[in-house]
Amino acid sequence: MSLYDKHYNFLKFKNVFMSVSLVLFVISIILFFTKGLNLGVDFKGGTVIEMKFEQTNNSEDIRKSLLKINLGDVKVKEFGSDKDFLATIEQKGKNNNFVGSIKNHLEKDLNKKVDFRRVEVVGSKISNELTRDGIYSVVLALILMLVYIWFRFEWQFSLGSIVALVHDVIITIGTFSLIGYEFNLSIVAAILTIVGYSMNDTVIIYDRIREFLKKDDKKELSELINDSINSTLSRTLKTSGTTLLALISIYFFGGEILKGFSFALIWGILIGTYSSIFVASPILIYFKVKRNWEEIIDTSP
Amino acid sequence: MLYFSRFKVFSIFLVLLVGIYFFIPNFFSLNKNFFLSDQKVNLGLDLQGGSYILLEIDAKPLIDQKIQSKSLELRRELRKNNISYNNFKVGKDSLSFNFDNKQKSALNNLLSDNTINNNIGPSGKELLISVNENEAVIKFTNDLLNLIKKNALEQSIEIVRNRIDELGTKEPNIITRGTDRILVELPGLKDPSEIKKLLGKTAKLTFRFLSNTNDESSLGIEILNSSKKDFKYNVEKRIVISGENLIDAQPGFDQLSNSSVVNFKLDNLGARKFALASKNNIGRNLAIVLDNEVISAPVIRDAIVTGNGQISGNFSSKEANELAILLRSGALPAPLNIIEERTVGPDLGKESIEKGIISLLIGMLLVILYMIYNYRIFGVFANISLFANLILIISILSIFGSTLTLPGIAGIILTVGMAVDSNVLIYERVKEELKIEKSNLIAFDTAYKKVLTTILDSNITTLIAAFVLYYMGSGPVKGFAITLAIGIISTFFTTYVFGRYLVSLYVKKNKDNLIKI
Repeated sequence: MSLYDKHYNFLKFKNVFMSVSLVLFVISIILFFTKGLNLGVDFKGGTVIEMKFEQTNNSEDIRKSLLKINLGDVKVKEFGSDKDFLATIEQKGKNNNFVGSIKNHLEKDLNKKVDFRRVEVVGSKISNELTRDGIYSVVLALILMLVYIWFRFEWQFSLGSIVALVHDVIITIGTFSLIGYEFNLSIVAAILTIVGYSMNDTVIIYDRIREFLKKDDKKELSELINDSINSTLSRTLKTSGTTLLALISIYFFGGEILKGFSFALIWGILIGTYSSIFVASPILIYFKVKRNWEEIIDTSP
Repeated sequence: MLYFSRFKVFSIFLVLLVGIYFFIPNFFSLNKNFFLSDQKVNLGLDLQGGSYILLEIDAKPLIDQKIQSKSLELRRELRKNNISYNNFKVGKDSLSFNFDNKQKSALNNLLSDNTINNNIGPSGKELLISVNENEAVIKFTNDLLNLIKKNALEQSIEIVRNRIDELGTKEPNIITRGTDRILVELPGLKDPSEIKKLLGKTAKLTFRFLSNTNDESSLGIEILNSSKKDFKYNVEKRIVISGENLIDAQPGFDQLSNSSVVNFKLDNLGARKFALASKNNIGRNLAIVLDNEVISAPVIRDAIVTGNGQISGNFSSKEANELAILLRSGALPAPLNIIEERTVGPDLGKESIEKGIISLLIGMLLVILYMIYNYRIFGVFANISLFANLILIISILSIFGSTLTLPGIAGIILTVGMAVDSNVLIYERVKEELKIEKSNLIAFDTAYKKVLTTILDSNITTLIAAFVLYYMGSGPVKGFAITLAIGIISTFFTTYVFGRYLVSLYVKKNKDNLIKI
């Protein structure tokens, strides 16, 4: 018998899992408000420069050199190799020759040739707009999902799936706060993808729950939900598996720029798969889902 | 579900052929005359290298100007109508004054008249007027403020286009964004500092005489810095001619002073004005002022009647060229500030493409092995659909000329991972059906039927996310949304239609054998 064919009792410890989720959820919110996120220039404003030296260098020297000219807070880290560095600078530079003057200063001060491979300057007005748009887009996506599921299922399903999605989003944000990875526009894109993916997982289990509810309205609800999770389990795990394989490939081979993005997606897929099984499904028991499905609902598209 | 009419089979292969037709040109450069299409996927700035610059018009000086002229006009009208006023104040975008209550109706008549308060469009007004007991407050409406910005934006975008065209960058994309922004995209540009320097200047050129008096407090005089030396000039505020009268400006070289100069040519009106002014002011210094800095102030030796002139100011040849470009392209109505800039060097873009393709290939290989391990022969079918899927995604991107960005490549890789989901759903369902159903044909048929709503429901949720991303996201993120959405749609075709066809061929051949997934 293979791993997938066994019948597990997922709901046996539902209170334990729900509590764990709740605790993680609360910790994430606390982290967000105390430690905060390591916001990238997209949301904070400032300048990012990816630079490549011809010889090896170390980030501390570059930082010290940059601090000599008045740029505000400066962070420098290695970016893929000991010749590549990423500098994050607080100033955005009113002067149109801002970036050029930084380059001149670095070459003179360190006496080494440097190539600026990528430059991003974001003014505070833009960063405020991007922050607003980012929040709006996540909220809008959640509302649209809520409406869609409500339309296709019952309100209990809709609410259950949204609880799971909010759970995924908040815990992902909490994780970014905890490990201090940079939070930028592409992370918001990753979160929206996670919302779509986690919903995808949840819908497939819900679909099965609905099917079983129609077939059999005598069975204990928790047993029925457990059956649904079990019969979709191999699909849930296999799809998560292939998606993770693709993402791991991006994480390791896709270059530095996509690292944070693919990390967010990998984490999101893990948490999304977990929440579909251990949050979205058991929560239906608390919401007392409708048992009487006698009238035939047209599910054809 | 397993029956395919000839027409259907034909259509499936037609779609795939069209896909291949548009897919191939992306990887081989072919002769123009070759029968294949030469449409390629549009690479985003982060992949081909280039600059994205967002400029914002600083409309404040224009609004200041407008409020000043409005206040002059209003005071003139008040005097003309014998309405006495006092305590006249000019604010940021409003005017206010006190008046005698007896004259209130006369004032109301005047203010409601169209000469003061012009119409904007069919229903808009320039001013929002509130008259109290003895105080009137006149405020610019949002309609007027937006109109000022809109006009400035329309003028500016032309000038920005001129200046960038002068530098000869390839295929710049210059469009307006919102009410007061201009987006400039410069593909293939390694270093945008030249262009940024050009865009940062309003380039308002005026010719004004230096003042004879040394009285600094005199009204018609202002003190301006020299552009090169640490030197100050007393310059008359009265303008002899301005840059608007210029029809041409070219860099040149002056043998006498051994330095670069800019030669300019005036239009008829400008030439006449210039001739008159120079004739009457021989011996005086004429200051050439650019953006409130004096470039030079040569002495007028003769009347200049030809309308041709020369600006010298110890320029390098590069500076002279820059100034000529600025003068030719005209002055911006208001300053432009760079509020966002993203530049990627072409070699980094190339590296990103290479890394993207490597991770795509590795990701695909992993998924292919995983599918074969799990589903054997059916895994092979899923993998064939996966290849077809990749071809379709690239070809759809080519057909619509959509932009592929680095996150876009990530979107394709993610699609590869998620595309097999539909296959997994189907095959898992088939497994269940095979347990209760003896006939292979019926088992496969019901599995495909039952799984359809699930596939649709689950994919639509991801599509919703992709659409939100597209509408709210910017630049590279939009590219991700595009490939994600295209991926979902092409996945449906390649797994549920094309994949089903492949499976049906196999099942029909083996309908009496034991099929194991």
